[in-house]
Amino acid sequence: MMLIECPWCGPRGHVEFTYAGDATIKRPAADAGEAAFADYVYLRDNRRGPHRELWHHTGGCRRFVEVQRNTLTHEIAATSAPGAGASRRDPSDRSTA
Amino acid sequence: MTERFRLASGGTAIERAQPLSFSFDGKRLTGLAGDTLASALLANGVRLVGRSFKYHRPRGIFTAGPEEPNALVGLRRGARHEPNTRATMVELYDGLECESQNRWPSLRFDLLGFNDKLSPLFPAGFYYKTFMWPPRGWMTYEHYIRRAAGLGTAPVDLDPDRYDHRSAHCDVLVMGGGPAGLMAALAAARAGARVILCDERAELGGSLLRENRMVGEEPGAVWVRGLAEELGTLSNLRILTRTTAFGLFDHGMAGLIERVTDHLPAPPEHAPRQRRWNVRAKQIVLATGAIERPLIFAGNDRPGVMLASAARAYVHQYGVRPGSRAVVFANNDAGYRTAADLAAVGITVAAVVESRIVDAPAGSSQLEGIPVLSGHAVVSTYGRSGLSAVDVAPLGEGSAVRRIECDLLAVSGGLSPTVHLHCHAGGKLAWDEARLCFVPSTGRATVRSVGAAAGFFGLGSCLTEGVRAGAEAAAAAGFTNAAAAVTPPTVIDAPVRPPQALWAVPARAGRGGKRFVDIQDDVTVEDVGLAAREGYVSVEHLKRYTTLGMGTDQGKTANVNGLALLAQLRGDAIPAVGTTTFRPPYTPVTIGALGGREIGLHFMPIRRTPMHHWHGPHGGLMIETGLWMRPRCYVRAGETPDQAVRREAAHIRNAVGLVDVSTLGKIDVQGPDATEFLQRAYANAWANLPVGKARYGIMLREDGMVFDDGTTSRIADDRYFMTTTTANAAAVLMHLEYLLQIVWPELRVQVTSETDQWAAMALAGPRARTVLARVAEGLDVSDASLPFMGVREGSIAGVPARIFRISFSGELAYEINTPADHGLALWEALLAAGVGEDIIPYGLEAMGVLRIEKGHVAGPELNGRTTAEDLGLGRLVSVKKPDFIGKHLRERSGLKETGRLRLVGLVPADGASKLRPGAQIVAEATPTPPGKSLGHITSTAHSPTLGHSVALALVSGGAARKGETLYAAYFLENGETVPVRVVDPVFVDPEGKRLHG
Repeated sequence: MMLIECPWCGPRGHVEFTYAGDATIKRPAADAGEAAFADYVYLRDNRRGPHRELWHHTGGCRRFVEVQRNTLTHEIAATSAPGAGASRRDPSDRSTA
Repeated sequence: MTERFRLASGGTAIERAQPLSFSFDGKRLTGLAGDTLASALLANGVRLVGRSFKYHRPRGIFTAGPEEPNALVGLRRGARHEPNTRATMVELYDGLECESQNRWPSLRFDLLGFNDKLSPLFPAGFYYKTFMWPPRGWMTYEHYIRRAAGLGTAPVDLDPDRYDHRSAHCDVLVMGGGPAGLMAALAAARAGARVILCDERAELGGSLLRENRMVGEEPGAVWVRGLAEELGTLSNLRILTRTTAFGLFDHGMAGLIERVTDHLPAPPEHAPRQRRWNVRAKQIVLATGAIERPLIFAGNDRPGVMLASAARAYVHQYGVRPGSRAVVFANNDAGYRTAADLAAVGITVAAVVESRIVDAPAGSSQLEGIPVLSGHAVVSTYGRSGLSAVDVAPLGEGSAVRRIECDLLAVSGGLSPTVHLHCHAGGKLAWDEARLCFVPSTGRATVRSVGAAAGFFGLGSCLTEGVRAGAEAAAAAGFTNAAAAVTPPTVIDAPVRPPQALWAVPARAGRGGKRFVDIQDDVTVEDVGLAAREGYVSVEHLKRYTTLGMGTDQGKTANVNGLALLAQLRGDAIPAVGTTTFRPPYTPVTIGALGGREIGLHFMPIRRTPMHHWHGPHGGLMIETGLWMRPRCYVRAGETPDQAVRREAAHIRNAVGLVDVSTLGKIDVQGPDATEFLQRAYANAWANLPVGKARYGIMLREDGMVFDDGTTSRIADDRYFMTTTTANAAAVLMHLEYLLQIVWPELRVQVTSETDQWAAMALAGPRARTVLARVAEGLDVSDASLPFMGVREGSIAGVPARIFRISFSGELAYEINTPADHGLALWEALLAAGVGEDIIPYGLEAMGVLRIEKGHVAGPELNGRTTAEDLGLGRLVSVKKPDFIGKHLRERSGLKETGRLRLVGLVPADGASKLRPGAQIVAEATPTPPGKSLGHITSTAHSPTLGHSVALALVSGGAARKGETLYAAYFLENGETVPVRVVDPVFVDPEGKRLHG
């Protein structure tokens, strides 16, 4: 029962949220080709440790929140509006937006 | 029966002036207020309380706490019956009824006791090895095995009690109300923090109530009651007794179960039986104490063998003699304390059997005259249904065995800190070789273990460390108050000599007797050895193969001994073997407490349409569809539901009907970029839709599969009204929100769910326009003014409405939306206006029949594995748009293969047979499973228009098979196989003349 700090609503229990996946993936441009879209749709790192991910505040403001969560310990380092968390990214996190 | 084993004085918990009566296996007994069921049974000399799980061996009361493996009873009768209740944790109340378990026909004479004699045939893994063949045999064997080996029986009646949930927040949560926890709570509360202190017992005090200790000049029990009273006056401290912290979860969330009325015969009216607390704490102090380990020797399970800590607790807390003549057997200094305490209340201590070669500690006058056999061990026990004697021999070979008569054997194998909650929170353990126990090592910074839970067993260190932990936790939560600092009383802990690693007394040549490691699950030293020989050398495998550490006690007294034995067998150090994973709950939790009030009608929310209350009184047969309640059909007198469905469907094709479609998802899409957004979200084109027109939209997932469909209407230049299927309403909204917030945040569009704001009804049938015109109040509803796919806003029957000329039934039809509050008025007005046209209400199923006749896809076809092409909707998908969700991956070659399952219609070749949804489509007239399936039937209906069954199916090859005869095989009905002809999925009016009517 995690506590997620919604940037708009404040700290709320995670039962109010819906997990919405990796926050670092970006939909390819329209002309990027089938392979790029296949990567976008199907390929995810199953990361052990720091992870930037989206949670939808379904039972609240219905905004997506970017959460920096450690998948091993469930510790949340920071939350922000989507995209705004990039600058606070953990250096050990290999992903880039 | 008098309480023969009640001491004349003493007992910190009991009220001698308040006798209580209770019964065990039908026998009337008496106890005292403050007793546990276990202490009351012992006071009456009841030592045999149950039969063991596998071997049906006689078992007694082994502990005085939550770790009890043996004394499990069935408590209460009828619907309140609770199996596998630990007698050591049940507070006695007047009229308590309980029974022993796992015996037949009676506890003393148990026929299944022959399992014990046959035990050489039942080693670990016996069931896996023996009942492997034939492959389906286990289904049969399991039934009998489970009956013979088991615990109590669950009640069959509905639980009459009520359970509450409650949420709370605090700065510091202290788990455990013993000396360490009390000092921590006091220090944290004095510092100003909001504190919750919970303890599983009825009274705060922990070991101070169970042990003969002085604090300052006062007996510990007196001192601690004063402290509890002081704590009770602190307004920022909430004390929860009878409350077990059963789990520690993420981010400071703890699960607590408060047994509000379990100590009463039945809950008073309006009171919950139990209350589950969800406590969110900034800081957590674990003062959960320690659990004593037994020693392992032949016959160590006999009633009368008891943990030394339990023997002391029965004497001090309950004023009960757990026996008359005792032997104490220990590998640590607790043996002497136990002997002294037992002797002090007049129990004859025949010997202290000390595995170490050490001297008895000096200075205890109580120990005078008690023989101490150092370097010795108990090697056998005697007694049929209770202990009568033990054999004691020096450790090592070739020495004389001496028999000592006794009815109590108090054993101590050292202490294991209760680290369960520390581990729930992700904490790690370290093996302490000096203290011979696992202690908490790394873990969450917000979780502190203290006192015995941290491996510091002395009372003095519990008190001082408790103060320190409480103050630290409060400071970490932002509360410091040096002026209110707590000074713990000074208690000097006697020096303790290290315990000896005696994980099992070696079996002696020529002597039998099982050496139990886990006495709840009947796992012996030999079973552990067998598992290791067979390769189960991981502690997790050992658990699953032997059942060591399973059951209601989860091996609280057994696990450390078991893994130490495994380490010996592997030739490894204990930390290399490790522990099994500690998972919540710490002790068993009643399912009712987890469910709380969310049962019955409160299990899920119920969604009702604005016309809900009309349907029932008018014959509506309401059914659940997801959370919604919808009328399946409206049954008339003398009609079966099937007949009603056929009547309704036929009626719509010939006259007119009204159906409640308020459950459809409705989403308002607004903004300057709304058109561009729909262009990207839908697969078909939206740029050229004029205001006042609707269009069927098809939405794909990014992988190219169809996600949802529905009509969307343009209300204004920058505003659309989208509808979704009932089932996908929430998913579509979240999908759109994702697209707008994450994928294309530059689009200026807002989406809002309006599902509940609109009542929606479809008026369908050849006479629909006539009915509508009567209430349309100056709105021209002629075909010229409101053509197919036209949308008008106006007033109908005096209420504001949106009229969409769209059709799901294939008939001339209007979907009419009105603000929810007007729904019922409009519904009734339309029905009244249609009286002359023979209007009827129709339900969900007739609507389904009509859509199947028209080949419209719905949930069974939108199964997440079908593309637009598969569903015959490929021509709708835009080829011009540069981008939309699903565009890129729908082009994959695999999705273009002609062999894919595609939508077709099926009719029975004989024009009569019934088609069943789920039937497999095969090429052979007499298929043999598994065989080759060409597809399956997704939807079927009896077509009132055609007069026989019709079906939609997904069949390999799809439309190319038109005209072929295939077979619909339904193996759930003895392989029923119906010849079917492949036809177009549109069974009625393929040209669509009727809906343009």
